[in-house]
Amino acid sequence: MNASKPFPLNAWYAAAWCHEIGRELSARTICGKNVVLYRLTDGVIAALEDACWHRLLPLSLGHLKGDDVMCGYHGLVFNSAGRCTYMPAQKTINPSACVRVYPVAERHRLVWLWPGDPALADPAKIPNFHWNDGTQWLGEGGTFYQLKCDYRLVIDNLMDLTHETYVHAGSIGDEAITAAPFDVTHTGDTATMTRWMIDIEPPPFWARQLGRPGRVDRWQIVTFQAPSVVVGDVGVALTGTGAPQGDRSHGANGAFLAAITPETEMTCHYFWNFVRNYRRHDAQLTKELQLAHVNGGAGVYDQDHRVLEAQQAAIDKNPRSPFYDLNIDAGALWARRLIDRMLADEQARVIANVAAE
Amino acid sequence: MAKPIEWAATRLRATRELTPDVRLFEIEPDRAFVTATPGSHIDVVVPIDGRPQLRSYSLIGPCPDGLYRIAVKRLASSRGGSIGMWRLKAGERLTISAPSNSFELSYGRPEYLLLAGGIGITPIYTMALALKQAGANFRLLYAARSRGDLALADELARHIGERLQLFVGEEGQRIDIAGEIAQLDRRGELYVCGPFGMLEATRRLWYDAGRPVAHLRYETFSNAGNFADASFKIRIPRLGLEVDVPANRSMLEALEDAGVDMIFGCRRGECGLCVLPILEASAPVDHRDVFFSSEEQATNGKLCTCVSRAASGCITVDTPDRMPTQRHSPTSLSCRA
Repeated sequence: MNASKPFPLNAWYAAAWCHEIGRELSARTICGKNVVLYRLTDGVIAALEDACWHRLLPLSLGHLKGDDVMCGYHGLVFNSAGRCTYMPAQKTINPSACVRVYPVAERHRLVWLWPGDPALADPAKIPNFHWNDGTQWLGEGGTFYQLKCDYRLVIDNLMDLTHETYVHAGSIGDEAITAAPFDVTHTGDTATMTRWMIDIEPPPFWARQLGRPGRVDRWQIVTFQAPSVVVGDVGVALTGTGAPQGDRSHGANGAFLAAITPETEMTCHYFWNFVRNYRRHDAQLTKELQLAHVNGGAGVYDQDHRVLEAQQAAIDKNPRSPFYDLNIDAGALWARRLIDRMLADEQARVIANVAAE
Repeated sequence: MAKPIEWAATRLRATRELTPDVRLFEIEPDRAFVTATPGSHIDVVVPIDGRPQLRSYSLIGPCPDGLYRIAVKRLASSRGGSIGMWRLKAGERLTISAPSNSFELSYGRPEYLLLAGGIGITPIYTMALALKQAGANFRLLYAARSRGDLALADELARHIGERLQLFVGEEGQRIDIAGEIAQLDRRGELYVCGPFGMLEATRRLWYDAGRPVAHLRYETFSNAGNFADASFKIRIPRLGLEVDVPANRSMLEALEDAGVDMIFGCRRGECGLCVLPILEASAPVDHRDVFFSSEEQATNGKLCTCVSRAASGCITVDTPDRMPTQRHSPTSLSCRA
């Protein structure tokens, strides 16, 4: 039963970058499920329950044998469909012997995994994360694995960018953010926070990206896709050149990408990227932008990392029920509302016995 | 190292005949209904000859109304489970286990062949509905002795239409298992549930066709064998014991009843833990396990005491008991020669 879990299981979650999964066994915990991932000889990725049927040793401690996984304890072998294909010291195979298989799909340079009912795993439901494809938009990106906070704290963080003013002062932070009005809209599975800051001095980061002097219009259009993907369309354009009306040709446009995957109820994996559609062949810029976000504690996301873990630690110590909300939290609250609806639907399904654990 | 069974108090809400011999039981749990994946079963505590015994029955799903459904065929020759179940009346209390699954359906295969014989339709029915919902490429071949024995056939036809093909034995219709296997996609899976003969034939033809062992899926509980259940006698010279095995008890149960210390695992012929060496047998040994290969079974060197039995007469076995002194209480012995 999933009643008390803060994350829906019937959803696609980023489990790894495609380049991280090869011809060796990689262990991940996704929504509390221990999973071992590997690539078959034909290149397709398989994801099995990371526990041998026999004595539960993690299969990730074993090794690959062709397209199969051999347990590192007693040599049981499981194929990519989770079926046991070899048992030691007997001529037959116990027909009950299998491990769970998780639906996986590669899209947008990430490996997406469906921890819930495999019958419901429709690849058409993989979040729209095309900014990460490495074609139109460029950026390297990375992952904070095992970030020590509830995944929803990361969503809160990204759905309300007033925090930039205080957490990221000196780079993207700016008093103008807190001064500008914002608008929150939603659909059945998305929530969008839109904020335009008209005719302002660009903050240092964006002044560098624009590379031209002058006052700017700055935008932040942040869209949450339930349950755990956030894409922020951000940038600046010289003021008066029509950016709010749709002409961004006199500006610099980037997007921050976040696929936040619950690892456990109290930890998550934060797959991030910052991509841009300008100076796309400038490898030096790609590197600089990467370092601007994650740089041994000095990057923008390092600052978030510190805040998020400290916030979770404080929540653990102060079980006040749970927060007070401000008007700036509207985007985050809509995101949480959509997650809660998914959880309620899933619970209803469980009761209706259509889905299954 | 199976997980401990979680028991649930339930009430038998209603019964209904699916065929003259197959009765559907609708079981309402007192507390939370636990969802089950296709292929799952529950263990039911059935009173047999006045003592509670466990019988496993596949769940017939999906159960959107929160009731567990099982179907039980009335078998005169069975080990008593079916008669005990058929005696139950609506409203009676029943203890059941939480659902568990040793016949898990996998998704994403390019093709599926489902084979069902008689009451073996129960897990296959749920799988067929799940595969239909998942948009999978599958067919269900369902055989029974007579048209009237085809439980759930109308419901199936309504849900899966032409993916269902029926075979009526007394009308001379037989499933061409070998031909069907030959047609199946090389990466396809076959799920079979039916009488022992059907399972044995399917296993043999699958191996003969050189198909991957792991792609043939079946489960083994409540298997009948090549011979009807009859009483027989076990002799254990090492312990100076003779044990009578009634027709409705397994060898393992009879040995346990007699105080013989036995080790066991699955109790359905899969794991090989309750195996004993055969020293002599006066009648054919009815191997009903899937632990030994057919070659191993043919040598009659050992048997799985949880499911296999002697067709009649007497079977002499050894045990691993090397205790210096006899522990068995004389009252539990049955030493009639």
